[in-house]
Amino acid sequence: MKQDVVVDLSDLPMNGSGTASLTWWGTVAFMLIEGTGFALMISVYLYLGSLAPAWPIEAPPPEWGPGTGVTLLLLASLVPNVLLSRWAAARDLRKVRAGLLIMAVFGTAPLVLRVWEFMALDVSWDSNAYGSAVWMLLGLHTTHILTDLLETYVLAALMFTRHADNPRRFGDVQDGAMYWNFVVLTWLPIYACLYGIPRL
Amino acid sequence: MRTRPLPSLALLLLCGGCAGWQSALDPQGPSAQALGQLLHGFVLVLAAIWLAVLVVLAVALRRRSRATPQAADRHAGIAVGTACVATVLVITGLTLASYVTTRVISAGAEAPLVVRVRALQWWWEVTYPGEAGPDVVTANEIRIPAGRPVRIELSAADVIHSFWVPNLAGKQDLIPGRDNVLTLTARRPGQYRGQCAEFCGMQHAHMAFMVIAEPPEAFAAWRAAQQADSAAPAGAEEAFGRQVFEQKPCGACHTVRGTEARGTNGPDLTHLASRATLAAGMLPMTRGALAAWIADPQTIKPGNNMPMVPLTPAELQAVSAWLATLR
Amino acid sequence: MSARIQDDQRDTDLADAPLDAALRRVWDTPRGVWGALATVDHKVIGRRYIATAFVFLAFGGVLALLMRWQLARPESRVLTPDLYNQIFTVHGTSMMFLFAVPVMEAMAVYLVPLMVGTRNIAFPRLNAFSYWMYLVGGILLWGAFLVDMGPDIGWFAYVPLAGPQYGAGKRVDIWAQMITFTEISALAVAVEIVVTVLKQRAPGMSLDRIPLFVWAMLVTSFIIIMAMPAVMVASTALILDRLVGTHFFNPAEGGDVLLWQHLFWFFGHPEVYIIFLPAVGMISSILPTFVRRPIFGYLPLVLAMVSVGILSFGLWVHHMFTTGLPRLGESFFTASSMAIALPSGIQIFCWLATIWYGRPVYRTPFLFILAFFFTFIMGGMTGVMVASVPLDTQLHDSYFVVAHFHYVLVGGAVFPLLGGVYYWFPKFTGRMMSERVGKWVAGLLFAAFNFTFFPMHVLGLLGMPRRVYTYQLDMGWGGLNLFVSLSAVVLAAGFLLFFYDAVRSARHGEPAGDNPWGAATLEWATASPPPSYNFARLPVVRSANPLWEDDGVLPVAGGLRVDRRELLVTTVGGALPEARESSPRPTIWPLWSALATTALLLGSILTPWAVVWGAVPVTIALIGWFWPGGRKEEES
Repeated sequence: MKQDVVVDLSDLPMNGSGTASLTWWGTVAFMLIEGTGFALMISVYLYLGSLAPAWPIEAPPPEWGPGTGVTLLLLASLVPNVLLSRWAAARDLRKVRAGLLIMAVFGTAPLVLRVWEFMALDVSWDSNAYGSAVWMLLGLHTTHILTDLLETYVLAALMFTRHADNPRRFGDVQDGAMYWNFVVLTWLPIYACLYGIPRL
Repeated sequence: MRTRPLPSLALLLLCGGCAGWQSALDPQGPSAQALGQLLHGFVLVLAAIWLAVLVVLAVALRRRSRATPQAADRHAGIAVGTACVATVLVITGLTLASYVTTRVISAGAEAPLVVRVRALQWWWEVTYPGEAGPDVVTANEIRIPAGRPVRIELSAADVIHSFWVPNLAGKQDLIPGRDNVLTLTARRPGQYRGQCAEFCGMQHAHMAFMVIAEPPEAFAAWRAAQQADSAAPAGAEEAFGRQVFEQKPCGACHTVRGTEARGTNGPDLTHLASRATLAAGMLPMTRGALAAWIADPQTIKPGNNMPMVPLTPAELQAVSAWLATLR
Repeated sequence: MSARIQDDQRDTDLADAPLDAALRRVWDTPRGVWGALATVDHKVIGRRYIATAFVFLAFGGVLALLMRWQLARPESRVLTPDLYNQIFTVHGTSMMFLFAVPVMEAMAVYLVPLMVGTRNIAFPRLNAFSYWMYLVGGILLWGAFLVDMGPDIGWFAYVPLAGPQYGAGKRVDIWAQMITFTEISALAVAVEIVVTVLKQRAPGMSLDRIPLFVWAMLVTSFIIIMAMPAVMVASTALILDRLVGTHFFNPAEGGDVLLWQHLFWFFGHPEVYIIFLPAVGMISSILPTFVRRPIFGYLPLVLAMVSVGILSFGLWVHHMFTTGLPRLGESFFTASSMAIALPSGIQIFCWLATIWYGRPVYRTPFLFILAFFFTFIMGGMTGVMVASVPLDTQLHDSYFVVAHFHYVLVGGAVFPLLGGVYYWFPKFTGRMMSERVGKWVAGLLFAAFNFTFFPMHVLGLLGMPRRVYTYQLDMGWGGLNLFVSLSAVVLAAGFLLFFYDAVRSARHGEPAGDNPWGAATLEWATASPPPSYNFARLPVVRSANPLWEDDGVLPVAGGLRVDRRELLVTTVGGALPEARESSPRPTIWPLWSALATTALLLGSILTPWAVVWGAVPVTIALIGWFWPGGRKEEES
């Protein structure tokens, strides 16, 4: 077919950042998938709760301590996370390196505390449906912390290599920070569910 | 069995042969009747729409349009808009008709007979809570008085099953952990076959039952007879049969009131021979079929929970002879 | 011919021949085994996906014939009940999870990037990964079936039959993990398509110029994203109940049997539209070509697809009308099930209007559309019947429903799909399928399909339940069943003829030009089959039917680099150029990642600890996948 050049693209940037980046959209799409998964798991919890004559089933409500600690840690991590995202937008490699190391710590801490949170549920997954629901809900969220933490470790390592000083990497850091916000924000309704509903 | 298919479906039935004893097209009770009328109405309306669309398609294929694109778009817009309005009207009408039918079917029945049906892999336990006297427990056969509403309380012992007697009513699932209820009435005395309609494992295909509607007096007599213990053996062979039944592991699963057998995993056999079929509708109730079934239940109905109990030919003869007298 | 390619060489400086050579150098998949395993070309993967899906269709068809052999006569003993139950389960599972959904996504993997005028799908390595996961999932199901470990609990796997107490052995675990494989692959493709459609459209392809098949796939992908997590949650809970003793579905410990059905159908009903909407898109894209005029009602069609997508999430209870839910809820779901008739009606009416004001050309793809009208509308009508709660109590789980959903899925989706294969085959292979054989295929399939499935409506009304491995002589179902079985053989012959035509034409068909049908959309603006880079220069779009309105001259955009894989990112609404973006090179890591994931998932059937140790190779493979290689594609 005969062609007629009517648009010149030569001056466009060589990769898109923010909403012009494909990975940004991909991350959003995966957040949509996982958000739906969380919403469904919460629905399962509420559905089983609505059927049971008493909720929790044969267990005390989970103890406040460790779960609230995890919540506070996660909320606190939002501060360095937002800063990290800004530094990445400004393409400040030194600060981004520091920020990633801080985020590695802030990701690890709630994961460690989560062990106590599981114990503070005071019910086993195989005791009854209540135990199954809370373990699965908490387990699903823990998996998200774990995978994002691994990503942070890898990204931190990457930023100390020759591949670091590249706008793409800063884009990756921003997408990673966005995903961590998602992991923290999805925790809040789960937290409300796990600790609030049994006390209603 | 007389079959009276709905007129508009007669054509369909011509190619189907006319077996009416498990058919939604041969309603024999008010519930099935209401559903049959609704079916009738839906089929007429929807077939007309289907035909109309195909006629429009046929015309569209044959004609040659000379309309300008602007005129074509305008006319098409009006036509599509009209068709949408018609669609809304039709589906509203059909929804209302459904709603009305649901109301009719679920209207409360007065002084119903209560029957409890519990589904198991792959048979039906039927209990008549005692009005005067003990509960009547039977299997795979539901006797009801014709003309009187019957409230069937449905439960499941293992997996999900579904209770369906198309001539009398729509189906209702039996779900572990939940209780469901179905009310049905048989207008006339007769035999109506039902079958499990939810896949429930290996022998889902062989989980049938009979609903036998009788005149009220016959039903009362049947019920009284069922409340009695099993009859004493009539002869020596039957007495030996009963003795074998009590000595072998049969009683671990089956109850025969009046004997030592008090198991509850399998069907109650106190009045076994009064039923029309054996093994949830698989075999006719004859002495020969009983012997064949006891000799090798796993070949006849693979996977069912009745084990093969080794018996000598004489024992087998005697047991089946005795069981065949449990009327 | 091959000019020296410098760094940052642009397409604007090159004549057609050297441009082709330069683009081939960076875009062609390397030859040999490594190339085959490492390719990230959406066309290669799309072709593979389509071919694999049709293989599973053929396998599923063989199972259908076995079932018809068993059911041809009452009390038949061709198959044991155990084998029959495996067969109907694997038939349904295979057709839904390994054929219908993947084949629609596969058509999109091939066609969407071409139709929106870009060079590769978004996230090409994820695309490769998704194919491997799908293939493993299919092999898992069929491998298990061949060694007598096929699932035997139906494609819907209702608990407690599928639960730890009644679903003994590993059969159900295999089913549940097969779900995981196919859902991961389906979700991955959905994400790729969403991002491709939103961000990689040719400059000027604003939202109102997107081809309707692409719109359909966009809506479908969103449905997949919202619906598939439900079946993932359900199958995960089922596996946990079975393997580590949780009680989600155990009523004795506070669980609930119907929870499974809610979750499964929250996915399962949208699933129907995941299969049907792509077919709507295919018809909307094929029809204008064969009636020689643009589609009537572009906007209503798009809105109808979007509203079908939304409504499809309000219908799941429609599969649970006989479970004894509260009456009020049932009335609501009757109304919402009926409501979906409106957008479906709009689609039909718009197509009729398009034909009414068009000049039909009776080629094979068009014949399949006519077959679609006859069959699908009947399926839609019986769909209205099963949407009525009271009527459904008679129809549910009877052969009427078997007839209904085959009318909808085969009439509504497979006929348009086959029309689509006849239509796009020249683009896939560069050769036409046979018009003469094609007419036989269309006629045979149409007639045999109706003869096979229409009598099942009657059987259902005569009381024949679904999923029975046999029936007794005195039920009077023998005659119709025999007729159905004989028709099924003819139906199979029709499919066989189709496969024959496809295989023969791929080698010996008439060579097709770029645009053999004189169609309007961008996939026809490039060679058949398209070169690895799709378009030497990216097309610029000025109308909804670009090839009909530009008088044989294709407006294009220049200025992309030819020394690396580069494509264009545009804005979501107006498709204005935003950035030049690179696209990844072939890589073996998606394959390793798929294998590592396979080890984890299969291991988890045997021991829950497999999730822990299996995570190590998965992590390594993913790091290998994402670690930058320092190529030109990395530049920014």
